[in-house]
Amino acid sequence: MRKFEKRQVGVLALQGDYERHQHQLGLLRVKNRLVRLPADLTEIDSLIIPGGESTTMDILLDRFHLREPLTEFGRSHPVYGTCAGMIMVATSIRDNQAGVKPLGLIDIEVVRMGYGRQVHSFEEILPVSLGNGTSSLTATFIRAPRIARTGPDVTVLASYKDHPVLVRRDNVLAGSFHTELDDDTTLLRYFIQEFS
Amino acid sequence: MVKQFEDKAHKVKIGLAEMLKGGVIMDVTTPEQAKIAEQSGAAAVMALERVPSQIRAEGGVARMADLDIIEGIKRDVTIPVMAKCRIGHLIEGRVLEALEVDFIDESEVLTPADEKYHVDKWGFKVPFVCGCRNLGEALRRISEGAAMIRTKGEAGTGDVSQAVKHLREIGSVMKSLTIMSPEELYGVAKDFRVSLDLVKMVAATGKLPVPNFAAGGIATPADAALCMHLGAEAVFVGSGIFMSDDPEKRAKAIVSATTHWQDFNVIAEYSHGLGGAMKGIQASSIPIEEQLQTR
Repeated sequence: MRKFEKRQVGVLALQGDYERHQHQLGLLRVKNRLVRLPADLTEIDSLIIPGGESTTMDILLDRFHLREPLTEFGRSHPVYGTCAGMIMVATSIRDNQAGVKPLGLIDIEVVRMGYGRQVHSFEEILPVSLGNGTSSLTATFIRAPRIARTGPDVTVLASYKDHPVLVRRDNVLAGSFHTELDDDTTLLRYFIQEFS
Repeated sequence: MVKQFEDKAHKVKIGLAEMLKGGVIMDVTTPEQAKIAEQSGAAAVMALERVPSQIRAEGGVARMADLDIIEGIKRDVTIPVMAKCRIGHLIEGRVLEALEVDFIDESEVLTPADEKYHVDKWGFKVPFVCGCRNLGEALRRISEGAAMIRTKGEAGTGDVSQAVKHLREIGSVMKSLTIMSPEELYGVAKDFRVSLDLVKMVAATGKLPVPNFAAGGIATPADAALCMHLGAEAVFVGSGIFMSDDPEKRAKAIVSATTHWQDFNVIAEYSHGLGGAMKGIQASSIPIEEQLQTR
């Protein structure tokens, strides 16, 4: 692991809101690069899988030969999956209509669009327990996936209406919602500082 | 105006537009086409009865799609489903919202229902995208509540020149705003018939306050990459895919070229063996009264 200030965070940029994550990394002055091909993974110390369409990302992971190297990377490096990214790092998808093959980096089962289609998308102030003094986050749920089950080694960091929405296992962080649409970098800072 | 952008309801609408970035939104007329689009890597589909080139060839009044088609497509794919309503037809908009489509395109491709006004989009829960040819038109649509802007281009032609023209026009005027004095910005707001606050937002960032996509005449992987190069954040492909010789292959190629728009080797790799593109018509040969972009 490189020294903190030398570390480079990758953002998977096959499709989705990768620019918003890059923008937030820029606000924190953290070196970053977009990941579109396997060679990009050798340049980074941790990876963010952004929101977007998991069906699209799943197809493009195969098309551009990223599935194996990315899974390998995720077993030994920090990975943060948000929204579609959370679907990608999960172990299973309930009623998996599109046949998306999740990477299995954290033992959770997710339900795609578990909070409904776009007209049901919403923003909430969520209580969180990150253990670093942060008590709440502004969370945006967009056609968001719901976590239906968590494995025994998964820690729940935040819940909404009795369902976990932010979870952690070792080096993997996953959330149903977005915080990158605003300029609040709390969760990103948590990922960079606490995951290594 | 600026306050409305901080409104939660509007933020979640723009949020979905953010999630579609870097992707391709494909026009489809059947659930079978929607599945082909999804399996090719489309980030969303646009459900309609006839693609723009068919509307152009067949004429007649083009309206919101048959709801059974939209329902069928919604059932069969997991990616977001968009649908078009006629310009100014707020009831078609409400019906599509009741159907829970994920995005509405208030589109010049359909026959306008109101010659004077567009839909007031602020009161809807579903986000709207609107077409534009220039920055003034874009900002007027944003003032009405559009959560995404796309170029109009000239739909159904397979000729990308008009989308290019509109992207360049929007991009260069936004750039010029960033170096203008306050008095000049006031003049711009007057000319554009939009609020000074909105003009100042663009001047401060050099960007639209909502995502900016390309549409109209995109027919090849290289067309899609060109639009991305000119500042589009995602692309819509209408007739270009399903009016070509090999829709599945072409759809894949356009998606790959949009993701890797800066990597010419990837674009070249996926541009092989696609069969014929849609035949198309030169946009500048279409008389003004038959152009869709002037609607």
